[in-house]
Amino acid sequence: MSALGKLLRTTAFQLTLVYLLVFVVFAVSLLGYFALNTRRLITEQITTTVNTEISGLSEQYAQGGIRRLVIAVDLRSRRPGSSLYLVTTPTGEGLAGNVGSLEPGVLDHPGWLETNYRRLDAPEGSDHRALVEVVQLPGGFHLLVGRDLEERERLFGIIANAGQWSLALVVILGLIGGFFVSRRVLKRIDAMTGTAQTIMAGDLTGRLPVAGTGDELDRLAEHVNAMLDRIEALMKGLKEVSDNIAHDLKTPLTRLRNRCEQALRHPTSDGGYRAALESTIAESDDLIRTFDALLMIARAESGQARDNMTEFDAAQIARDVGELYEPLADEKGLALKVEASAEAPVRGNRELVSQALANLIDNAIKYAGPKGKLNGAPAEIVVAAGLDGDRISLSVADRGPGIPEADRGRVVERFVRLEQSRSEPGSGLGLSLASAVARLHGGELRLEDNHPGLRSTIELPRAGPAGSG
Amino acid sequence: MRLLVIEDDRDAADYLVKAFREVGHMADQAGDGEEGLQLALDGDYDVLIVDRMLPKLDGLAVISALRAQSVETPVLILSALGQVDDRVKGLRSGGDDYLAKPYAFSELLARVEALARRRGSRGEETVYRVADLELNRLSHEVSRAGQEVQLQPREFRLLEYLMRHAGQVVTRTMLLENVWDYHFDPQTNVIDVHISRLRSKIDKGFAQPLLHTVRGAGYMIRDGAR
Repeated sequence: MSALGKLLRTTAFQLTLVYLLVFVVFAVSLLGYFALNTRRLITEQITTTVNTEISGLSEQYAQGGIRRLVIAVDLRSRRPGSSLYLVTTPTGEGLAGNVGSLEPGVLDHPGWLETNYRRLDAPEGSDHRALVEVVQLPGGFHLLVGRDLEERERLFGIIANAGQWSLALVVILGLIGGFFVSRRVLKRIDAMTGTAQTIMAGDLTGRLPVAGTGDELDRLAEHVNAMLDRIEALMKGLKEVSDNIAHDLKTPLTRLRNRCEQALRHPTSDGGYRAALESTIAESDDLIRTFDALLMIARAESGQARDNMTEFDAAQIARDVGELYEPLADEKGLALKVEASAEAPVRGNRELVSQALANLIDNAIKYAGPKGKLNGAPAEIVVAAGLDGDRISLSVADRGPGIPEADRGRVVERFVRLEQSRSEPGSGLGLSLASAVARLHGGELRLEDNHPGLRSTIELPRAGPAGSG
Repeated sequence: MRLLVIEDDRDAADYLVKAFREVGHMADQAGDGEEGLQLALDGDYDVLIVDRMLPKLDGLAVISALRAQSVETPVLILSALGQVDDRVKGLRSGGDDYLAKPYAFSELLARVEALARRRGSRGEETVYRVADLELNRLSHEVSRAGQEVQLQPREFRLLEYLMRHAGQVVTRTMLLENVWDYHFDPQTNVIDVHISRLRSKIDKGFAQPLLHTVRGAGYMIRDGAR
């Protein structure tokens, strides 16, 4: 497509054309209306004047007969101006006036008409147009009074001329304006397209230019840029995750392989083989569990799990999951208390929210056992569900060692485990899942200091009263 | 017990058929959905084990076709899709149980046996009895050797489920699904602790333990004297 063709095809230019057309139609009708009205006004003026003159001259005739009329017409004819007079005998011979020649037959039709004429003193071939009235006087004489129309025609000409020029000017200026506007828009669009192409080519750091005018193109560019930020963050996350997954899955796989190899290298009793096989199965079960957790996180993050949303009571979840874990906590010397009396309606995936809460409780039990007890504080875990405005919260508070503030952002990432927790079994995915589930529901996972200990809170939007939330 | 395995992966199918025979069950196999449907319609099976993704006729379509012809043989769906939504879809189309791949054979066996037993089940009985342990499902009373045993509501449901499947292995995930209605895998073995609590209430102080741990599989309630 040629540059000009591209320009002419822009929305801006086509809009210019439409506006131009509308403007031209409007201007033409306005000028036409103006011209026609002016013409009508002038004609009316002429008719009035001519009527007055005719009635004056008819009076003269009535008072003094043809003689007096001839004298009066003669007198008036000599005055300079555009008035026309003619008095003729019933046979058409001129008696007085300033009209030299007329179109034939004019005098035979009394009344108003437009005709060509030549003044008495004008040279041959200089015909003009005039508006005349012919009356037949008693006695058969004809009286013609009229006005030259040159003035009217000239005025009309001036208006028409002005109209033509201004229209031409409007069209030219409009086209030039449209051209520049379209070129400006086109230039910005081309810049955006260029950036988009580099981004498509794989450079995700590119951003659309923002002119700073705050117009609609700027707004579009800002939104696209925000989208690109999100995509870049996601891509970066994805890359980190795949690196981590590769690393963290290779470790147990290596361990598994080594164990098999060792069993083969040192042939022992059947019992030895059995033990090696059993530990291999246990190890692969752990791997499967890790894969399941990763898949679940991926599903939650991609928003696929949105299909299975229902409305449920988060307080009920707190009671159920708390009850499920209470014996385990008890066995570890911890008191697990549930504080969830008020109803906390949530719309979401019950299974995922339950699992997220289970992960938080599981962490609390793992890390806040008697050995994590600080300052003689009671080793107690409080699972609570609460309602705060349009948010509901599911929280787990323990008295364990907590998480240093600097690490709180990091621990929700996949496979991240703090040094102190390496000795405990676990995949390093529990908090990642809780965080992904919270975000899936439009909420967030918060990790705070419990003075001492850790308080992890899943905040979710409260379900609407009509179940619309 | 007669089983039909409808599974297109030959290795997996052979492994299952062999493993079922080893524990004393008869098992046939079908390699695609159409063959599976034909066999299931003709043969008298106790449980069908159906893979979800099959050539010719999809696993869920096989189940729907069977149910449409009033064949009520219990079906266990095997699937590589382990997510909750897939499970819901599978059960909705007429499946009776759902197990995600990869699975432990002991888990599959326990579930297949539970399904088979359900046909002539004791689901309608009011009182479950195992040796001198009694559970009344209406009055919610439990007694051992005539002595009343106090149970929490959840412990009652746990014992009820175990006793309904008395003499059968019940896995941890089966308990989690049927007693707590959760389908996720708790990282720690929370079920074991609930079992040991229940055990201390019903077995403690009695010479004859009834609640047994089946190594590598799960739990079983049975009359040890027999």
